[in-house]
Amino acid sequence: MTSVLISDPTLRDGNHAVQHQLDARQIALYAAAAEAARIPIVEVGHGNGLGASSLQVGESLLGDREMLETARKRLVNSKLGVHAMPGFATINRDLKQAVAVGVDVFRVGVHCTEADIAQRHIGYLRDKGREVYGVLMMSHMASKEVLAEEALKMESYGAEGVVLMDSAGAYLPCDVTEKIRELVKSLSIAVGFHAHNNLGMAVANSLAAVQAGATIVDGTARGFGAGSGNAPVEVIVAVLEKMAFSTGVDLYGVLDASDIAEKGLMRVIPSITSVSVVSGLAGVFSGFAKHVERISGEYGVDARDVFFELGRRNVVAGQEDLIIEVAIELAAGKRGGGCI
Amino acid sequence: MTVMPRKPKHLGPEYQGCVDSMGTHDKLRVAILGSGNIGTDLLVKTLRSPFLACTLFAGRNLASPGMAKASSLGVRVSDLGITAIIREPECCDLVFDATSAADHIHHWAVLEKLGKTVVDMTPSQVGEMCIPALNLEDCLNYRNVNMVTCGGQASVPLAYFIGQVHPEVEYIEVVSSIASRSAGPATRINIDEYIETTEKALRVFAKAERAKSILILNPAQPCIDMQTTVFAKVKHLDLERLRPLVEKMVRRIQAYVPGYQLAVAPILENGRAVITVKVQGRGDYLPRYAGNLDIINCAAIAMAEAYARARIPVLKDPQYGGSPHD
Repeated sequence: MTSVLISDPTLRDGNHAVQHQLDARQIALYAAAAEAARIPIVEVGHGNGLGASSLQVGESLLGDREMLETARKRLVNSKLGVHAMPGFATINRDLKQAVAVGVDVFRVGVHCTEADIAQRHIGYLRDKGREVYGVLMMSHMASKEVLAEEALKMESYGAEGVVLMDSAGAYLPCDVTEKIRELVKSLSIAVGFHAHNNLGMAVANSLAAVQAGATIVDGTARGFGAGSGNAPVEVIVAVLEKMAFSTGVDLYGVLDASDIAEKGLMRVIPSITSVSVVSGLAGVFSGFAKHVERISGEYGVDARDVFFELGRRNVVAGQEDLIIEVAIELAAGKRGGGCI
Repeated sequence: MTVMPRKPKHLGPEYQGCVDSMGTHDKLRVAILGSGNIGTDLLVKTLRSPFLACTLFAGRNLASPGMAKASSLGVRVSDLGITAIIREPECCDLVFDATSAADHIHHWAVLEKLGKTVVDMTPSQVGEMCIPALNLEDCLNYRNVNMVTCGGQASVPLAYFIGQVHPEVEYIEVVSSIASRSAGPATRINIDEYIETTEKALRVFAKAERAKSILILNPAQPCIDMQTTVFAKVKHLDLERLRPLVEKMVRRIQAYVPGYQLAVAPILENGRAVITVKVQGRGDYLPRYAGNLDIINCAAIAMAEAYARARIPVLKDPQYGGSPHD
């Protein structure tokens, strides 16, 4: 029976869904539930990871240290994970602190063609004896060959696995199969997949990834995550068990954890809104959703037009400032909307 | 190995300046250390300057594209790096260090002893931070000036006025997005130093209690233009006073960075002060999207030209121990 490593960023990606306002009680609540469910990795933090609390992306209610310390106390068998993006997180300010707090698993994320900016961060964390994965974000923007080349760089820096993120929820299962298969063929380390559900493909894409040889899959409680959310971890666990993959996660435990998260963490359960369909079609980072909705309202423009225009400009995570400029231009009638 | 250009320039201890094509003008003699994107673009800009002459282009690999470009422009090249200057200290008055933050520390130790003026392009935080629109004259008093970062050059002058208009700036944040293709290996390996150096400049020039800098490398093809946004948290944002000052500053920067443009005038959005600028390059070495290279290099050229116009008085200042040219 092939085993699949489940990594659960409910307390990190989910923070996007509540403008990074998860509080200590909520973090403790879900971390304890995930521990009880024997979920292997529990990722915690601001939506964009370490050092990302900002006016650009949104300020988190709690600092990184407090979020991580809160979760650390509840996790014994489950590992504490973080997402860290060079460009936001630095070694001196952010990684050192996370190492000191006792984070077990670091996922160093870069946009899909930028592996080399993670070289020093991955090296530092391996030197500190931590478990380190490389993450290629917005991976729909690069071909399978380019992704394999970037993933190989991460392997050479010391990453123990490489995770492809469908940050925009733009993939169809055939895209996942093609890209994951290429990575599995090229790398000697584990390959993983992180889905978003803009086009309703999160579970199907995660399955396609596993069938193509991925051995790490991300899922969040009820899909709690940016935009229309991620692959629901309780569904992923159930479906993988049905397909005879082993996850080591307790089914009742993960179902309970999802119920707890729904009641305790969410204002609304993530769903595929009209705007998030457009976001997925346009290939725009799912974390933009709340900003686009707010700013479109302020400037009296159609959020769907804003997403299509952002897609035309090929924005990536961390370019939220462009939303204002696009909304102002649309309001001034400089651009039409409506096509891909 | 040092390779002479097709038209060798007469260099020697007696040589105090360079004669331009008109044969009339004394120029400041400049060596460029580092043959990557920054160094090569600086070379093109130096050759265009009426005040500067490039007498040495030194890197580590004669086969690199930058070296090929320099050779094709008839500039003397060397693959000995700093050693080329150690062996022939009289070849230049001013050195642009376009290597890396770690290398600059070693280079400065050498160049200080040789009495050179140094314009440091790396985020080493060694020299006096130089933002030409704000402190060009002050910087003439220093032998080592640091050009901060591309995001710093684009944002610090705007952040400065936020600090001038408001008595207390609780927090300043700068986000720069640049095209992946415009960031070379040294920029990439120095990404943490980029962040730290930009944040330091923001705290100092904008008098901000806290500062944060974010750098985004965008993989899109065709490449995006450089874009920089300044966010601030201040009590009682005074847009009326801030707007004309920002517009004036943009014009001032345009005097040395022609592709610098205001994209979003100061506004208040969701409790944040927001100003966005775009920077297109001149397309000297890399294409026009590489506004990040252009702005830091334009700033460095403005500084070097100021030294040239002032005939580098610092070199004659005894407190710096003089120079081999005295």
